[in-house]
Amino acid sequence: MSKKLLLKNDHVPYINKLSVYREHGGYSVLEKTLKNTSPENVLEEVKKSGLRGRGGAGFPTGLKWSFLARPEGVPRYLVCNADESEPGTFKDRYLMERIPHLLVEGMILSSFALGANTSYIYIRGEYFYVARILEQAIEEAYAAGLLGKNILGSGFNHDCYVQVGAGAYICGEETALLESLEGKRGNPRIKPPFPAVAGLYGCPTVVNNVETIAAIVPIIEMGGEEYAKIGVGKSTGTKLISASGHINNPGVYEIELGVPVEEFIYSAQYCGGIRGGRKLKAVVAGGSSVPILPTELILKTANGEPRLMSYESLGDGGFATGTMLGSGGFIVMDEDTSIVKNLYTFARFYHHESCGQCSPCREGTGWMEKILHKILEGHGTLKDIDLLWDIQSKIEGKTICPLGEAAAWPVAAAIRHFRSEFEDYVTNPESIKDIKHYYRLQN
Amino acid sequence: MPLVTIDDIPVEVPEGTTILEAARMIGGDIVPPAMCYYSKLKTSGGYCRTCIVKVEQGSAKDPRPMPKPVASCRTTVMDGMVVRNITSPENLEARAGVVEMLLINHPLDCPVCDQAGECHLQDLGYEHGKEETRFEFPRREFEPIDIGENIKLHMNRCILCYRCVKVADQITDGRCHGVVNRGEAAEISTYIEKAIDNDFSGNVIDVCPVGALTDRTFRFKSRVWYTKPVDAHRDCAKCCGKVRLWNQGEEVLRVTARKDKWGEVEDTADGSTAWICNECRFDKKHINDWTIEGPSKIDRHSVISANHYETTLRNIKADTIKMMGSKPHGDKVTLGTGALDPNNIH
Ligand SMILES: Cc1cc2nc3c(=O)[nH]c(=O)nc-3n(C[C@H](O)[C@H](O)[C@H](O)COP(=O)(O)O)c2cc1C
Ligand code: SF4
Ligand code: SF4
Ligand code: FES
Repeated sequence: MSKKLLLKNDHVPYINKLSVYREHGGYSVLEKTLKNTSPENVLEEVKKSGLRGRGGAGFPTGLKWSFLARPEGVPRYLVCNADESEPGTFKDRYLMERIPHLLVEGMILSSFALGANTSYIYIRGEYFYVARILEQAIEEAYAAGLLGKNILGSGFNHDCYVQVGAGAYICGEETALLESLEGKRGNPRIKPPFPAVAGLYGCPTVVNNVETIAAIVPIIEMGGEEYAKIGVGKSTGTKLISASGHINNPGVYEIELGVPVEEFIYSAQYCGGIRGGRKLKAVVAGGSSVPILPTELILKTANGEPRLMSYESLGDGGFATGTMLGSGGFIVMDEDTSIVKNLYTFARFYHHESCGQCSPCREGTGWMEKILHKILEGHGTLKDIDLLWDIQSKIEGKTICPLGEAAAWPVAAAIRHFRSEFEDYVTNPESIKDIKHYYRLQN
Repeated sequence: MPLVTIDDIPVEVPEGTTILEAARMIGGDIVPPAMCYYSKLKTSGGYCRTCIVKVEQGSAKDPRPMPKPVASCRTTVMDGMVVRNITSPENLEARAGVVEMLLINHPLDCPVCDQAGECHLQDLGYEHGKEETRFEFPRREFEPIDIGENIKLHMNRCILCYRCVKVADQITDGRCHGVVNRGEAAEISTYIEKAIDNDFSGNVIDVCPVGALTDRTFRFKSRVWYTKPVDAHRDCAKCCGKVRLWNQGEEVLRVTARKDKWGEVEDTADGSTAWICNECRFDKKHINDWTIEGPSKIDRHSVISANHYETTLRNIKADTIKMMGSKPHGDKVTLGTGALDPNNIH
């Protein structure tokens, strides 16, 4: 069973146009809200919904909003994080490309709740064509009186702007994003203060992911309580999953949180099984930063319970045997995949994307990449594997922003669960070179 | 006033004090090393991570420990906070990790570096580092560049502490000095190699904890431990005119600001920071330009004050060899007394 809240109209032709979006009920939630509801009520519904941030960390959205400082005479901002640069994650792009008005409606609704008269959508540079789609949607919304002064006669004023980044993963970290938005170098800020107190231009700011903001529309439409009935436990609602890798049907799926991982991989409704009927080897369940899990641990928890697509179930067992839902970038690897090669690709990415502010991440990411390259080339030693382990432990938890962890966790998890494969590379490099399949990931 | 306990020593400090400043009030071995924090520069600190400590108890109100080590220079104390620095083996291990990271790409060219003897990275390596490097790859390399007539930038030695950037931002006007590029490729630069042309730009040299920014008028004139530091002043229209001269006999080899025991530029009597202007620093190299006050008291327990210059030198060499491990780093560094001869430097 799949319940669709965000992508229910994604295949309607021209749904990116305001007229078609409205024909399908678009902006009716906003209209009703502005007419009949107070900002406090919207916040209350969001709290009741149990919605958790879809950008990766899963922080409860209602709680985040209630932290927003509200000093007199100081503007507040809503910033939408559309930087989406985590390898394996492409759900926000799909949503913005297909149904830009859902995000715009969500932006206005959320801003109304937060009392923000200005909002920004910060979108990654490589999505320039998506930025154009958003800009057209915003233009249409202004023309229809859905943005600007006195929206639909409610007295609420709101302006929404799209800002294109320059293609840096680190600008997805919320404070680096704010720096970049202010026109500065995209370095994460040292916290505290948190954006809720001093964010954009030093003013109280909420930063939310695209999917989080879009989800506000169905939440207000159906009511927080109804929304909270969807899903399982504290994982309420639906979630967009970007499925990629060695599966028959890669793509973006909206799932009800709590679908068993096995069903998600093998059912024809979702990934449709492993390509070519091969065996599953491993899954990175929530974008490149989260720990990789081998087949036995991704399908079932260490206690033998079926693993579900939810924050709690994927996290079950901590990092020893579990992982994270993260941003929902679900990367599937079949039996022919080289874990070492894959890890090298990830390590290269984090090395390239480190902003360089703090020593452990600036230096450590490059060091790990170099050692992995050495191992891949067949020059590694057993000591190198221990060294890799040690380096990741020296980065984790000692940096300014979580990119350090994002770089360390994949290394730790790959060694934790696939140590023997690293040892193969080291002790028998020639045999590995002969095995074509270890290189398939590259082709 | 909040009461904080650091390594079992309680201290009461004013509201808003950072853990690092509280530790400095206690003094001694429990003070975390700080490579990027500089009390005289706003928003400094947080970058290098050498000052990390373990917070065992957040506060009296909320006694939970903090989940990760924190940068003591950027974390304010709470009443009832319990902090462990040198009494936590785990913390020392974490710090050794940070120190190792700072050294893996460092050229270890101490024998030819003007900062040798007063370099905070050297001190840090001795006190908190490990015996040998585990890094076996070619080190990152940049070409040295001149930032104007008087300042040399050796990016190879830079630890990206951002202090010079804060100086450029906060005490010079018309800033054109900052960080370009990202991650490991990040470098300190002036806007398109523009010379910094500003009365106070020379202070970037004094805040640099390593030999990345050095005084071109002093380059290779002498090793710092062969010079004699004296405090002196002159009437200067631009700055406080209170300086430290580094002399050899009657010759003034170098002029710097006066530094306190934390290696930071001292305060003047009125409480402002005794930054000095470029005229005092670069142009007043005659002993008659100055009124000598007397020999400088050097508080810092660094190698310059140790007075064992020869031992120090020997240590630097031994350490360099050690740190270079089995792979001597190219032929750039000549290890031997010859290295001290400017003619021997490539
Ligand atoms: C290195 C790094 C990259 C990130 N990239 C993104 C991103 O592309 N999109 C996003 O929504 N959140 C990203 N985040 C998380 C944001 O910092 C922030 O937590 C999120 O935007 C909050 O929104 P949410 O509460 O709606 O999830 C990133 C975090 C880090 C540390
Ligand atoms: S952890 Fe990495 S990306 Fe984050 S601030 Fe430090 S150097 Fe920059
Ligand atoms: S040049 Fe010196 S002061 Fe500037 S960032 Fe590098 S180490 Fe710090
Ligand atoms: S001195 Fe605190 S992080 Fe550098």
